[in-house]
Amino acid sequence: MASGKGNKKKQEDSDKYSVLLPTYNERENLPLIVWLLVKYFGESGYNYEIIVIDDGSPDGTLQIAEQLQKIYGHDKIVLRPRPKKLGLGTAYIHGIKHATGNFIIIMDADLSHHPKFIPQFIEKQKEGGYDLISGTRYRGDGGVYGWDLRRKLISRGANFITQVLLRPGASDLTGSFRLYKKNVLESLVERCVSKGYVFQMEMIVRARQLGYTIGEVPISFVDRVYGESKLGGNEIVSFLKGLLTLFATT
Amino acid sequence: MTKLLEWLFAVSLVGVAWGLVTFDLLDFQFPAVYREVAWPMPVYLLVVFGCYSLATVGYRVATFNDCEEAARELQGQIQEAKEDLKKKGLKI
Ligand SMILES: Nc1nc2c(ncn2[C@@H]2O[C@H](COP(=O)(O)OP(=O)(O)OP(=O)(O)O)[C@@H](O)[C@H]2O)c(=O)[nH]1
Ligand SMILES: [Mg+2]
Repeated sequence: MASGKGNKKKQEDSDKYSVLLPTYNERENLPLIVWLLVKYFGESGYNYEIIVIDDGSPDGTLQIAEQLQKIYGHDKIVLRPRPKKLGLGTAYIHGIKHATGNFIIIMDADLSHHPKFIPQFIEKQKEGGYDLISGTRYRGDGGVYGWDLRRKLISRGANFITQVLLRPGASDLTGSFRLYKKNVLESLVERCVSKGYVFQMEMIVRARQLGYTIGEVPISFVDRVYGESKLGGNEIVSFLKGLLTLFATT
Repeated sequence: MTKLLEWLFAVSLVGVAWGLVTFDLLDFQFPAVYREVAWPMPVYLLVVFGCYSLATVGYRVATFNDCEEAARELQGQIQEAKEDLKKKGLKI
């Protein structure tokens, strides 16, 4: 599986990539996402660690994570659990504190973000020296799987309105598959106050405002296969509220 | 300047220009045809923008890629991962 060629090529590379995996009830997905991460990092030869931030999932995600740590080693799998569900935003802050890499990759653990894109993110970043790389479903070969017409319409509509109002200079604002320079992420997280989808949007809007450079890589987003989804009607309301807040304050 | 202020600024610029021509606020003595063209302009602009929006969103929804191939690849990899993890001793 691991290609020796890739390994050797990147050995002198001093960059290290910390992948933050916030989990809440992802016992089925976690082993699979970790396996894929190990596969693609192994093949491309970059230095990495996977930081699992589990918020006391009642389904026993943490026990699975502990087993994975035994299989793949304590240097590769780092566990930073918290006792109860405290939300995504603070999970990132918590993870960053423990990250030893100079780059941080943020992604969902539910398999909707495929690790095969990470080497592309890294190459893109190195190519242009970008401060952050954002995966985009809306450009090039990017796309989605498992979305009906209604969801596509909401997604495209919301994206269009946001583009018109905020002109953020990035095509996918609510996606959360991104690579950041560590110090850039730290300074952004400090400034961002929103919750949920809006948090991702605020991160990229503020990044642009602070003059950080943004690169984009098309990604395919495959809807979660296992576990519960949390997309509801009040998501839309809170999205619009968040959008207007950003409109008035940034 | 926030995006809100930028918008307010742009809208008031257009509004002032529109007012100047339609009501001839500064007494420029424009020909009557200017006023006839100008006064329904805000509505025209809105309609044009609305059509543009609908067309753009419609086009983008229609051309939103369905990543069948990616989903199939993932399914295959899930099987592969499960077998490999079992071999490595993962107990679910
Ligand atoms: N640590 C932690 N992780 C969370 C929390 N809420 C969600 N997550 C994780 O964050 C990631 C994204 O959450 P999702 O539930 O997939 O949210 P989504 O992608 O917006 O919606 P769906 O994919 O449709 O369910 C997943 O890996 C979740 O397990 C939380 O409160 N704490
Ligand atoms: Mg998800």
